[in-house]
Amino acid sequence: MIRTLQPIYYSLQRIKAIMFKELRQLARDRPTFGMIVMIPLIQLLLFGYAINTNVRHLPVALMDNSHSEIARTLIADLTATQVVDFISEVYTATQATEALTRGKVRAALIIPNDIAQRLNDDRPLAQWIVDGSDTMVSNAILNLKNMPLSTLNNRAFSSAIISTKATFEMTLFYNPERRSEINIVPGLVGIILTMTMILFTSAALVRERERGNLELLITTPVKPMELMIGKIVPYVFVGLVQMTIVLGLGHLIFDVPINGRIDQIFLAALMFICASLTLGMLISTVAKTQLQAMQLTVFLLIPSILLSGFMFPYEGMPILAQWIAEALPATHFIRIIRGIVLRAATLSDLWPDLLWLATFTLLGLLVAAKRFKKRLD
Amino acid sequence: MENAIAIATEGLTHKFGEFIAVDHLNLSIPEKTIYGFLGPNGSGKSTSMRLITGLLTPTEGTIRVLGMDIPAQSEALRLHIGYMTQKFSLYEDLSVIENLRFIAQIYNLDKHRSKQRIAEQLHAYGLDIYSAHLAGNLSGGQRQRLALACATIHKPELLILDEPTSAVDPENRRDFWEKLFDLCDSGTTILVSTHYMDEAERCHGIAILENGIKRADGSPEQLMKDLGAQVVEIDGENLRQLKQQLIAHSHIISAAQQGTHLRVLIDEKITQPQVWLQQEFPEIMHGRELTLVRPSLEDVFVHCTGEGRKK
Repeated sequence: MIRTLQPIYYSLQRIKAIMFKELRQLARDRPTFGMIVMIPLIQLLLFGYAINTNVRHLPVALMDNSHSEIARTLIADLTATQVVDFISEVYTATQATEALTRGKVRAALIIPNDIAQRLNDDRPLAQWIVDGSDTMVSNAILNLKNMPLSTLNNRAFSSAIISTKATFEMTLFYNPERRSEINIVPGLVGIILTMTMILFTSAALVRERERGNLELLITTPVKPMELMIGKIVPYVFVGLVQMTIVLGLGHLIFDVPINGRIDQIFLAALMFICASLTLGMLISTVAKTQLQAMQLTVFLLIPSILLSGFMFPYEGMPILAQWIAEALPATHFIRIIRGIVLRAATLSDLWPDLLWLATFTLLGLLVAAKRFKKRLD
Repeated sequence: MENAIAIATEGLTHKFGEFIAVDHLNLSIPEKTIYGFLGPNGSGKSTSMRLITGLLTPTEGTIRVLGMDIPAQSEALRLHIGYMTQKFSLYEDLSVIENLRFIAQIYNLDKHRSKQRIAEQLHAYGLDIYSAHLAGNLSGGQRQRLALACATIHKPELLILDEPTSAVDPENRRDFWEKLFDLCDSGTTILVSTHYMDEAERCHGIAILENGIKRADGSPEQLMKDLGAQVVEIDGENLRQLKQQLIAHSHIISAAQQGTHLRVLIDEKITQPQVWLQQEFPEIMHGRELTLVRPSLEDVFVHCTGEGRKK
């Protein structure tokens, strides 16, 4: 029994040795150590303000209680605006909010059964429940509020003259004041982690190579996987510290609500950190110098900022950009963290994104360990 | 020597693309000896060492180290060898004792043994008082001692040192070699590369490498004895001019100025080199003192490499 466990024990001992060595080196590298704190701090303050653009084809849910001709015409008019796509139908208000929490839809349209009466009375015809966390998204839907009812009027369903009142009643969930920081701050966690995690790890292994440490390590019994894990684990803690800084300060300075469960936030962050670190490891097996590692990191960072949904809503992007976004760990993490932090979603609501992060990490580690051979040729 | 063979290679060849770094190298290095690779930069010393440790895969040929087939069994070999790279390869931002601890953990020494070995190594290599210093702040000699202490912490049977003293002053070099002899006495086989003649002369056996080819091997004494040339030292003025005239002659293998005299290697077929020189070059030898001296390892080196070899 003891004999069979010994190789594992030895392996763990070596991983531990590398881990503690890495932490020690990190603590002695003052500028890098400072960066761990300063990067999230400065970026948080810089990104407090956001960029706005037009958004189209937002996925929305429909709850039609009237089943009337008027409702169908209204839906056709809404679809014609191209702002929203009705992707699912729900039957109760609970189902509507659930779809919203899961992030499946950005809003839900609730059409009451007295829609005909409302048309006559010149009251708002229906209600939008909107996920307000992304102000760009909610603005697009809020713009529908006074949508003219030209088709309805032409068809003369009622005697009412063209309405000057609002067509819809609007209810904003999660971010009723429509403050962009609410959405930026959780997204920023994803961006900062992408930046620092990939950079630290990619530089870490390349640095060993540049300083000649690697030539010594490969003549020892250390196995590639042990080296990878030993070097990754310390940065996991660094990443968790950074996330705590961003969310904590975001909560204090920008009043970002933390609606979900803290333990789930940490778990999700952990998954994402592992995926980012793996990506960094992959870079380090390709890059020969620290400068190359840096360039490759920036190369990955830019799409992570632009396409992950951090800066522009996913729905507003062309298909090709959406495909690229799907491949980036940051996209999935930003979806998860916004869901948990702003919409009080749980990890079970967001499992596809979580699964993707896990798969990415596992595949990445395998490829990295395979690429990093204990040979010089 | 009746010792078992620690390292044996046959037809060992390594090519980097078209470039042949190691060319059909045959080695047979007995256990518990210090064996040296002597050669200029780029002669294939480092590549040979990397092949022997399994860090590079040979293009051709076989390698057996400590009874293991390399590179197939190189993972198993790692527990039995210590390797010191040409460049200082420990962590400069870790202290002396932290580096030792790290390496001890990497070799899976248990707590008690690791503590004991670290104390022993600190003492043996005179690093006690520096144990808390960062490795990056040590002098060249101290660094080499630390590197050697780390490379031997797990008491390897085979120690491979790639130009260990290239950045060390003569006094520290002497101390370093004392340590190597201690290690050898306690049963360690040592393979060391160098381009210093005095270091090569300390080895039990050496191989002279050039362009990846083994030009000569054997014990330094034997090599000097078998030189196949005689050495005459000539003093006087205008040595540079003299050298130009001498090396044009086909029986003169080489001539090199050393301080106030010229060291001339002459074909062994000439029976009385001094007399021969006087007869061949009566004018320029006039008034000069000619002394027949014992060949040095440098003479051997000059004789079997570079320009000297062609003649």
